[in-house]
Amino acid sequence: MTVQRSAVLLLAACLLLAGGAGAEEGPPRLSAPYTQFTLPNGLRVVLHEDHSVPIVTVNVWYRVGSGREQPGRTGFAHLFEHLMFEGSGHVKEGEFDLLLEGVGGENNGSTNPDRTNYYITVPSNALDLALFLESDRMGFLLDAVSRESLDVQRDVVKNERRQFVDNRPYGAASIVLDEMLFPDGHPYHWPTIGYMEDLSAATYEDVRAFFKQYYGPNNATLVVAGDIDPAVARERVEYWFGDVPRGPDVPPLSAPPVVHQKIERRTITDQVQLPRLYLAWVTPPVYTPGDAELDVVASVLAGGRSSRLYRRLVYELQIAQDVAAFQQSADLASSFVIVATARPGHALEELRRVIDEELEALRQAPPEPRELERAVNTIEASFYDRMERLGGFGGRADQMNAYATRTGNPDYFAEDLGRYQVLAPADIRAAVQTWLPADRRVELSVVPARQSGGGR
Amino acid sequence: MRRITLVLLACLAAGPGTGLHGQSRPDRSRAPEPGPAPELRLPEVQTARLSNGLPVHVVEMHEVPVVEIALVLDAGAAQDPAGKFGLASLTAAMLDEGAAGRPALTIAEEVALLGATLRTGSSYDASFVRLGVPVARLDRALPIMADVVLRPDFPADELERVRKEWLTDMLQARDDPGWVASRAFARLLFGDAHRYGTDERGTPTSLTVLTDADVRDFHRTHYQPSRAALIVAGDIRRDAVVAQLEKAFGSWKPSANAPERRDVPMPEPPQARRIVLIDRPGSAQSQVRIGWVGVPRTTPDYFPLIVLNTVLGGSFTSRLNTNLREVHGYAYGAFSQFQMRRGAGPFVAAAGVQTDKTAEALREFFNELTAIRDPIPGDEFARAQRNIALGFGAGFETTGDMVDRLQHRIVYGLPEDVYSQYVPNVLAVRPSDAHRVAAERLDPARFLVVVVGDRASIEAPVRALGLGPVTVVEPGPLLE
Repeated sequence: MTVQRSAVLLLAACLLLAGGAGAEEGPPRLSAPYTQFTLPNGLRVVLHEDHSVPIVTVNVWYRVGSGREQPGRTGFAHLFEHLMFEGSGHVKEGEFDLLLEGVGGENNGSTNPDRTNYYITVPSNALDLALFLESDRMGFLLDAVSRESLDVQRDVVKNERRQFVDNRPYGAASIVLDEMLFPDGHPYHWPTIGYMEDLSAATYEDVRAFFKQYYGPNNATLVVAGDIDPAVARERVEYWFGDVPRGPDVPPLSAPPVVHQKIERRTITDQVQLPRLYLAWVTPPVYTPGDAELDVVASVLAGGRSSRLYRRLVYELQIAQDVAAFQQSADLASSFVIVATARPGHALEELRRVIDEELEALRQAPPEPRELERAVNTIEASFYDRMERLGGFGGRADQMNAYATRTGNPDYFAEDLGRYQVLAPADIRAAVQTWLPADRRVELSVVPARQSGGGR
Repeated sequence: MRRITLVLLACLAAGPGTGLHGQSRPDRSRAPEPGPAPELRLPEVQTARLSNGLPVHVVEMHEVPVVEIALVLDAGAAQDPAGKFGLASLTAAMLDEGAAGRPALTIAEEVALLGATLRTGSSYDASFVRLGVPVARLDRALPIMADVVLRPDFPADELERVRKEWLTDMLQARDDPGWVASRAFARLLFGDAHRYGTDERGTPTSLTVLTDADVRDFHRTHYQPSRAALIVAGDIRRDAVVAQLEKAFGSWKPSANAPERRDVPMPEPPQARRIVLIDRPGSAQSQVRIGWVGVPRTTPDYFPLIVLNTVLGGSFTSRLNTNLREVHGYAYGAFSQFQMRRGAGPFVAAAGVQTDKTAEALREFFNELTAIRDPIPGDEFARAQRNIALGFGAGFETTGDMVDRLQHRIVYGLPEDVYSQYVPNVLAVRPSDAHRVAAERLDPARFLVVVVGDRASIEAPVRALGLGPVTVVEPGPLLE
């Protein structure tokens, strides 16, 4: 669902402990201390100090994603993201990356339906350079962006789509699934990567209008984290971002609730050897009741080898090659997806039957306390993982920005984890009963096209 | 209008105590120069030995209450006997399929209950077992890790299940044109007898002949404390963790004479350029692999080569990515890499390029692969050096990073000061060194080119390029 500008990326992240590492009394409380302020132009700024590694990361979230796109212009928010690296009023085309690589820095950006995020991670001596580059494109992108760079990045993005959708096994499935889950006109109906013809249609005038409408500092949150002196960092942020002009107010995106009344089925073909089944439901938005429960449901069903569906489908019956389940949390509505690939000689119908048996079992009886404990411990460990890295997507600074953007509290780590720690087995059963009904959902089958080509 | 607004906002931004800079517009006339680079602070690596001689390397990192432990074994895929390719990988994969009487799923369940991850696997150069766990639960996780390493049961029915899973996996991998291109490239370059010509996990053919007796035998002979090392990074104290490790691994005794390490031979590099085309009808992109035999990790030219490759295809602003992506838009990205192993792995330049620009993309690849043999302009060279040197410290941030770095040092037998000397060594490379190694290590006239794509669209334009002889091959035999 997230599409990013370049494949060179870091995954994973980091965490600080109130009261110091290795505290011996009770479980440590997850916390990332911060200070925050808002510039007169509306830019919200969060500073987080951590000297364990001499690097700083500058992370920006703009509250605009592919959900804001207009019909006929799908893929535009992500195409625009690419243009943010092509130079700005005081940075020549190509210089953005040259300057950062010259100081040992690293950067990237990504787009999803809800937001677009950017980060620059540099050794701490280059904080000023990172702030200069980030503020210059926030304030002065349109002074530099050209029709030529739009055309090249349009080709790059089309190749991104070819590589990760059209030429990738099962690559089209998630796009079709969203089209089925969310009705025509819903902001999640179309893919973030966009349709080819819409990418072709995007114009230079679209770029100008989009920037002016959505890329104002008042529609963004900036996190500066790492080896900083907060007083100095604040002064440098005020210096570099103070002259960025405010943009128009951007009201929150909204959409009517999506309710499925029946089972919708579709089958598509692909250049693959084995058929794959997707079952999906529209579920509660991120951080609303039901969201954490469904993360646990996903873990109980298909989180690792001790999960119910792995045990039955892959291990015991050996009718599936793999199975996965996840709650894909988002601002307007989430989706819960179960995916399984059939072994040679087995039909998707066999897989569907077993999946339905296991869902029904969870509707009838709560999971064992041990299963819940296992899920919550696994989720807790994922928080530690995220806290370990400062920069990058999903690193500590990025997570603080996600929290700031979505909850208003950049240090929401303990509250977030707490959502899982308070759950009882009965809550998990209730979530399956409420949100994963057997008779109202989307079912997508991907089946092998005519056997052909380099696959054999 | 905007200008006036800007000045006003800038004044507003200067609240009390915000200092001089807040009151004036920032100087954007040129990019700010960075200050002096921060000192690279590598944490101390503490060492110990267990009573059986097993070496332990410990790095204390107290930011997050987790610990990462690797047991590294000199038992990689390069140790596979002829005809039994995949044995090292299968042995590693079977470790957690039943151990000390615990069934496979019980092990998985106990590990997950602790919020831990336990992974096993093999590269060409080593096998490893890796545990990540919140430090409070290390005591409960370590015995499971020790059982998996020391007391695997290798149940025959689990072996059959894993074999079927892998065979299906190998079938599925053929759906992925990038995978097909990489496997075909390696096979055509190294041949079917050389270990690097075949995936670490072997092929459907070799996998079929492996037995549980083979796996037991490989484990007995290759999993030895004298051929292993433990690496620990995390929120622990050395003495305490060494005591825990002694309890878990101290009783591990050699069970046989360790076999001599097999070294892979240096293959003959190709004599002339050739282009091998694999048809994948309807492909939206062509997957391209270009290169030949590279160098081992212990090459004395390591530092000149990594600077050279950073310029060529090892960074976002590299020549290949700039040309194929940023200038021409033929690809989402293009890169190159010397895959350095104990033996000489491949040098490969790679991209997925749009079908109707395949020939143009190949031409640009060769333009860059040829031009890199000319002297590199000083500013470009210095930027690549700074990119590597100044970014080096960020690679030691997490417990996982730290274990990766130490594992690399140990597997390749690199000196203990390899990381503390890394930056000076990068900065010591002269342009003439890079020029020399480019001439010695890159000969585009002899490169192998593999293209997996829509033959009907690309064959004629690729032939018309005149890069060299073009042959169209069936992928099947190259993947078996």
